[in-house]
Amino acid sequence: MKNKLSAENLRISFGTKDVLKDINVSFREHEITALIGPSGCGKSTLLRSFNRMHDLSADAKITGTIKLDDTDIYGNDMHATEIRKRIGMVFQKANPFAKSIYENITYGLKINNLPHSKDIVEKALREAFLWEEVKDDLKMPATRLSGGQQQRLCIARAVALRPEVILMDEPCSALDPVSTLKIEELISSLKDRYTIVIVTHNMQQAQRIADKTIFMYLGEVKEEGPTTSLFEDPKHELTSNYINGQFG
Amino acid sequence: MRYSARRSLDRVFKYVFKVTGLLVLLLLGAILAMLIYNSVAFFVDVRPLDFITGLEWNPTGDNPKYGILPLVLSTTLVTVGAMLIAIPLGIGTAAFIAEYARPGLKNILKPTVEMLAAIPSVVIGFLGIVVVGPGIAHAADLANGLNALNGAILLAIMALPTIITVAEDAIHAVPKTYKEASYGVGATKWQTLRKIVIPAAAPGIIAAVMLGVGRAIGETMTVLMATGNASLLPTGMFASVKTMTATIAIEMGEVPYQTTHYFALYAIATVLFIMTLAANMLGEYFINRFRKYHAA
Repeated sequence: MKNKLSAENLRISFGTKDVLKDINVSFREHEITALIGPSGCGKSTLLRSFNRMHDLSADAKITGTIKLDDTDIYGNDMHATEIRKRIGMVFQKANPFAKSIYENITYGLKINNLPHSKDIVEKALREAFLWEEVKDDLKMPATRLSGGQQQRLCIARAVALRPEVILMDEPCSALDPVSTLKIEELISSLKDRYTIVIVTHNMQQAQRIADKTIFMYLGEVKEEGPTTSLFEDPKHELTSNYINGQFG
Repeated sequence: MRYSARRSLDRVFKYVFKVTGLLVLLLLGAILAMLIYNSVAFFVDVRPLDFITGLEWNPTGDNPKYGILPLVLSTTLVTVGAMLIAIPLGIGTAAFIAEYARPGLKNILKPTVEMLAAIPSVVIGFLGIVVVGPGIAHAADLANGLNALNGAILLAIMALPTIITVAEDAIHAVPKTYKEASYGVGATKWQTLRKIVIPAAAPGIIAAVMLGVGRAIGETMTVLMATGNASLLPTGMFASVKTMTATIAIEMGEVPYQTTHYFALYAIATVLFIMTLAANMLGEYFINRFRKYHAA
């Protein structure tokens, strides 16, 4: 399978603090790639560079190239809004808009001047395993849903735009085990249609859902490979120590 | 210090604070009682309905008229005019400071806006006489510019610091996760501001506006200097008007003690008090809703 998304010689600093030091990674189409590593290793920073979320921080300095297919996403003729439509994001804490369930889905469609019929909303909610639970309450404020449902709504909001890549920043860290499993099942079902990059602190989660795993440490990629071999036969001592829970 | 000495000192201070607290409450209660007492004295002479619906305020004529309507309408006209100017300017500035200005500029703008609140009202009124008034007279070809529009412009300037500061706090307090969710689906900054940030900050923005209204209704010196003070039923923004506050301030100095006219000024003050109280309570109500919403 071809590479969908890749970063070359990527360096990111905030003010005088270098957060990412020369990152070279690629993500294959229709695969789930997990980014793991201790807190502060730069995995969320890397994830957020893929949909240009750092554009919002005035002090972020980015060098290197990030390519979506063959397009340089930081190219002069690329708008962040266009990139974010093609590369969706699900955040650590479910952040539905203070609007109805229905409007949460149509918001992104309207913003991008895309059709927003009821069928499209239904399809997005079905894809996110949420339709059956909310089909009679589409006008209800989204904030009344449970935490797990809210996160699935956020996934539905992202898939409604038919993005090519979905970035997930620890999407289950605020959820209970049952909701977590449901979201993992959902993520696995999405990879036929999307390329997924997920940041996680949960080793079991990475092993359950990811095809490939990248281990990061202090702003560098220390090791990467197919998930099974990285967990069963880590090449680097740091990786071994981290996945065995000796630090984190 | 010995234990018993510390304990008695503790008890002394408990009473000191109790006394200061009650004293202030007593003072406020006394002011309210004075307003009501004198208003009642007025309503012994004049029927409340004549006072509320009367179209003429002429307490010194041969046949004195105590109709408050021209004064209420003047105050309303000037206040509404001020808000029409101050609301878009205030919210625009607040949005600029909270969302668009770079940190350096923000650090200059915020204190500058707060400094604006420190300009004495008499100075603003002076500006109305020498700058805004002649400007209006020139632009609209009037004999003089001392009218409702002049008052509205000056009150807008005076209400702006309150509106900007409170609205900026409200916009600034919208959680970053809301904005990220919107940017994450490809929204632009303007789309995010209009559809996510301002609706989320709405209770705070409404509170800001209500506090601004409260400020404008109660302002005296500026309108007294700038609006011409003709106690007629106002006919428009170019009409000379006499607000409730200006009426009290001008006439209180000349009125014989404890006459109907004297009591009438208290009745105006009571109505003014009710109007300002309503504006402030509405503002407080929305501020509390805003706080609850963000605590959740």
